[in-house]
Order: sequence, then C-alpha cells, then structure tokens
Amino acid sequence: MKYRLFYVLCICSGLITQAQKEVEKKSSFAKSIEEGQFIYEDFCMNCHLTNGEGVAKTFPPLAKSDYLMNKRELSIKAIKFGQKGEIVVNGVKYNNVMAPLGLTDQEIADVMNYITTSWGNINKKMVTKAEVSAIEQ
Amino acid sequence: MKHFTSICIAIMITFTACAQQTESTIKAEAPPQKYESEVVVSGLSIPWGFTFLPDNSMLITEKAGELIHVKDGKKTVIEGLPDIYVRGQGGLLDIELHPDYKKNGWLYFSYASAEGEGQGGNTAIMRAKLVDAKLTEKQLLYKAGPNTRRGQHFGSRIVFDNNGYLFFSIGDRGNRDVNPQDMTKDGGKIYRIHDDGRIPKDNPFVASEGAKTAAYSYGHRNPQGMTKDPKTGAIWTNEHGPRGGDEINIIKPGKNYGWPIISYGINYSGTTFTDITAKEGMEQPLFYWVPSIAPSGMAIVDSNKYPAWKGNVLVGSLKFQYLERLELKKGKVVKREKVLEGMGRVRSVKQGPDGFIYVGIENVGIVKIIPSK
Ligand code: HEC
Repeated sequence: MKYRLFYVLCICSGLITQAQKEVEKKSSFAKSIEEGQFIYEDFCMNCHLTNGEGVAKTFPPLAKSDYLMNKRELSIKAIKFGQKGEIVVNGVKYNNVMAPLGLTDQEIADVMNYITTSWGNINKKMVTKAEVSAIEQ
Repeated sequence: MKHFTSICIAIMITFTACAQQTESTIKAEAPPQKYESEVVVSGLSIPWGFTFLPDNSMLITEKAGELIHVKDGKKTVIEGLPDIYVRGQGGLLDIELHPDYKKNGWLYFSYASAEGEGQGGNTAIMRAKLVDAKLTEKQLLYKAGPNTRRGQHFGSRIVFDNNGYLFFSIGDRGNRDVNPQDMTKDGGKIYRIHDDGRIPKDNPFVASEGAKTAAYSYGHRNPQGMTKDPKTGAIWTNEHGPRGGDEINIIKPGKNYGWPIISYGINYSGTTFTDITAKEGMEQPLFYWVPSIAPSGMAIVDSNKYPAWKGNVLVGSLKFQYLERLELKKGKVVKREKVLEGMGRVRSVKQGPDGFIYVGIENVGIVKIIPSK
C-alpha cells in the first residue's frame, strides 16, 4: 500500500516536471517572438514594411515568403551577414542589397522567431542562439 | 442616447484608425531628358557622404565603416578611423572639410560611436587631419549620450555656415517621446559648435538649466539632409517623417520644429500619434512630403552649369530611388521633378567645386550629372 502511493507520487511528479518543461519551452519561444517584434520594428520595418509585405521589385516580402520558409539557414545568413545579388522570392527576382545590420546572435534568433511566426507564416521549431552562432559566412 | 454615444465613439475610432492624410499637392513629375549622367566612382555600397579635396580628388564615406580616397580613378582606403558602431542605421556617416581646409587641413566626419555611458551607441562628431592616407590628430568634438541599442535615427549631416560655425544633425534615436522635446537630452536636434568643438556663447540654450548647450533647434525626427543656402547663408535641412510627413526646414536659433507633437505623418502601422499639424510656438515646414520619399542628402544649385536649375533644391529619395529637384517661388515649392530615376537609392548629393552636381547612389557609386548641349 505504502509502496503503491509512492509509485503514484513518482509518476505524478514526473508528469508535472514534464508539463513544466513544455510550458517553459513554449514561453521561451513566445518571449523570443516578443523580443523579435521590437527588433523587427527597429531594424527591418523601414524596408520590409509593417506587415512584412515588402516593396515590389525592391524589398522582397517576408510574409508568406517561400525563401524564408524553405531556406531557414540562408535566411539567417542573410540577416547575419547581409544579402547581395540575385535571389528569387515567391517567383519574383530581386537583385538588390541588404547590408549587415549589426545584430547579436540572440537578436537574430529573436527576429527570425518573430518573422517566421507572423503574417500567416508558420514555424514550430524555435530558432536558438546556438543555431545562429553555428552559421558561418 | 447610450446607443448614440457608442455610435459616435465607433465613428471616431474608425476615423482615427484610418487616419486621413493630405497628400502633397505638388507631385513629382518625370523630367524632360535634358541631362546625361556618368558614373565617376563605381563599386560603392552606401556612399553616405562625400567631399572634394583641393586637388579635386574625393573623400567618400562608406556606411559600413570605410573612408575612401579617390584620385584619378584610383581608390585608397584611409587608415586610422576611430571605432565605429555599425548597427542598424549607424555607421560611418557624413564628411566635410573646414572652410579654410587649405590652410589648416581639418576634416570633419560624423559616425555612430559606442564610446561613453551605456550599452549601444550614439552619434559622434570628430575632426582629424589626413596625412599619407592616414588620419592623425584626431579630436572628438561631440558625442551624444547616453548610448542606446536602438537602430534608428542618427541624423549625421555636417555643414559649415558663412560665419565658420559647424552645424550638425542628430535624430531622435528611436526615442520619439523622450528626446526631441527635452532640451536636457541629446537627439532630435540641430547643433551648432565652433570648429574646435567649443560651444558658442550666444547659442540659444546656453542659459537654460541642464540644457544641451550645443543644441541650436529642436523637435526634429531624423534630419539626413543639410545644406547652406548659397544666396542667404541660411542652413536648410530635410528630415524623415514616419509614414508621410518628411519635411524641409530652414533652421532658426532656438526654434521648435514640432516633432512629435505636430506632424503631417502617421505611424508606420497606419495609426496616428498626433491629431495636429500646427501649433503656436512651433515652426511649420517650408515643404512636407505625403507620401514619404525618405529624403537623404541636400544641395542647392548655384553654379552656371545648369541655368534652368539655378536656386533649385536637390534632395535624394531613398524610397523612390531618384533625385528630386524642387523649384521654389517666393519661399514656396511650385514644382517637383524626378532626376536620375531608377538608378538606385539616392543617399547624398553635392555641388562639386567644378560646379557639377554629384550624387551618391547606393550600390552604384558617385554619379555626375552632365547637362546636354
Ligand atoms: C535597407 C533595407 C533592408 C532592411 C533594413 C532589411 N532588409 Fe531584409 N532584405 C532587403 C533586400 C533588398 C533583400 C533582398 C536582397 C537581394 O536582392 O539579394 C532582403 C532580403 C531579406 C530576406 C530573404 C528574402 C526573403 O524575403 O525572405 C530576409 C529573410 C530578410 N531580408 C530579413 C530581414 C530582417 C529580419 C531584417 C531586420 C533585422 C531586414 N531584413 C532588414 C532589404 C532590407
């Protein structure tokens, strides 16, 4: 009897920590997205505009951008080191320059988490600082 | 009655949410092609500023933090710049020579610097001499504080007036509701100092308790264009509005240019931050742009190379990628024209010592405008 109670307690506490971990993970993702919004308004909005719609033929869209959604590493690279030369976004060619913005790896992770989860974009796998740090020019 | 009130409120919200903006009544026209253009320096990224040395060679600032000397088509990177805070809109910014450069050799430049109090950076003004492709005798003349990690609105333009005073601009550094209207804070101001950094005794705020005494006018958002009117000697500026509400102003001592209390602009998101465009004690712009052109660089033509353009104001448009030529009559803009359309984001413009107009275009270089015969 005593043992059984102990057993149940063990399972319960295990479940609770598991649930807590889920919550923490979710909230750190949510927090990163929130931070990312500030970075976006500060550093990106003047070109990619309020709703990530961009400017035709000049600044590619981020909202529902196939480039951003399918080329996660190249997108991080673009934000980290700048992006120059011809790229195709949603079937439209761009041949322009985005200068490097001087953000920290954490800020890049935050802004990536914001832009990949806004304006109809979907991303379930949080971008971490470690992931950004690992990407080299 | 209750119903009526809620309808009223609903209507009011609708009206303020999709704010009505009055577009500039004078529109920019396509030009009759009466000039040609020639790329005189190529291979530049963001030529924020440039100036001409007495031998007609050029000094060009690249925002990413390079100072480039171009003589007879040959580029040399100048050594010895201070540490530059390259982040967001900050980097190496404008450059200007002392009016007596031939005698004293001082050159002046603005840049974003992390020096001083707090994390981040803010606008700095330095002077130095150029010896053998290296900067020497560097003196920091002004450093705005505190530092901030915000990426916007460093201002940066440097101009000497006819009395040898040095004017420069610093934007609101993304802190709209704190900096521009507070004289004890840097940012959102036009400044005036002596050529060695001393503060003129008759600056308008020298007697104000705790004020930034280098400040000359306030209530600015982000002035990225400044020039001296060759006729009157007055200092003219242009500044970025938010969405709509870019302005041209003539700078007068101690005056408040209104940002963000009065503005012809609205938030990027389309919501409003102010309902008024005019207020007593605040200056009206000489001209405002709705929609925004994102102005950078400014010059007033006074050479004889372009007879039809004499006295016209030239302003770069980052957003629409052309050089705007504005004709004025009795202090009012009467005509706007697009010059060099479609070449790229126009960052800077100057009349060279040879009387020709030179234009700094992003990812193109320096372009000379040649009148057609
Ligand atoms: C000065 C304008 C400017 C700013 C500011 C800017 N970008 Fe860009 N961005 C561009 C341009 C231009 C391109 C395309 C470059 C090319 O043609 O190779 C681009 C491309 C991109 C791309 C890849 C293409 C796409 O649309 O998916 C991403 C992702 C991106 N930018 C994200 C950002 C983020 C995040 C920020 C802010 C941290 C930012 N940009 C700030 C101009 C800008």
